[in-house]
Amino acid sequence: MAQRPNAAKRPRPLSPHMTIYRWPITMASSIAHRATGIALAAGTAVIAWWLIAASSGPESGSFELFQSVIRTPFGQVILFGFAWSLAYHFLAGLRHLVWDFGYGFDIRTASAFSGLIFLLSILIAIAGLVIIYTGHAGYLRQ
Amino acid sequence: MTALETPRHRVEGLGSAHSGVQQFWHLRVTGAALALLSLWFAYVTIGLATANQISVLAFFQHPLNAVLMGAFMLVSCYHMTLGLREVIEDYVHTNGLKIFFLLLVRIFGFAVAITATVALFRIATP
Repeated sequence: MAQRPNAAKRPRPLSPHMTIYRWPITMASSIAHRATGIALAAGTAVIAWWLIAASSGPESGSFELFQSVIRTPFGQVILFGFAWSLAYHFLAGLRHLVWDFGYGFDIRTASAFSGLIFLLSILIAIAGLVIIYTGHAGYLRQ
Repeated sequence: MTALETPRHRVEGLGSAHSGVQQFWHLRVTGAALALLSLWFAYVTIGLATANQISVLAFFQHPLNAVLMGAFMLVSCYHMTLGLREVIEDYVHTNGLKIFFLLLVRIFGFAVAITATVALFRIATP
């Protein structure tokens, strides 16, 4: 079959690809649920480290090492990320259980709750850090 | 058209593969359990946030706290292994790489679970 002379210059039409669409908030919410799940998986290793460090005798210095790492700015960012991930995954997970019972699937409800979960989880994470920084944490200390 | 499936077969929900719904179901059940356990966990971590090692040890030496922490960690590890497995099965399509990551996720899940258990037993028996 003969090629038209300008065939190479004319790009063939493509069907609209995923990347050109604006992100619906429900999509961001779904991705965030997965991302926070992966972050929390990494977080379990940190909790295991905390427990092992606590179980090692005071003379080993393991617990001081853990505390000094957590107290660095990097450690505090990790802590805030973990708190937000836990709050987000908790709220979005509860919504998954509600979805499993067949409620909340219409677009307006799903979008509204996606925004609400983002907002609430950030507020909860900030509240957690505010409790610690204002000296209201440590109520289980002996 | 009437369904060819027997009512019992439909209730069991296993389909022709005879398995596969367990992963979905276990993820929901452990998720519901973690909804309660993570509230307790948040209360505990903030309560011990600025505490020294002696306070942390004393807290987890209490049997109820040790059991709840053990439950939180073990259920978390199972839930996360199932969840990470789902992520890998969705995005990794090369067979060799997929098997490698699935094994890695399981080893990670077991490693964290065993580490937390050993730590709680070490705290319980000074």
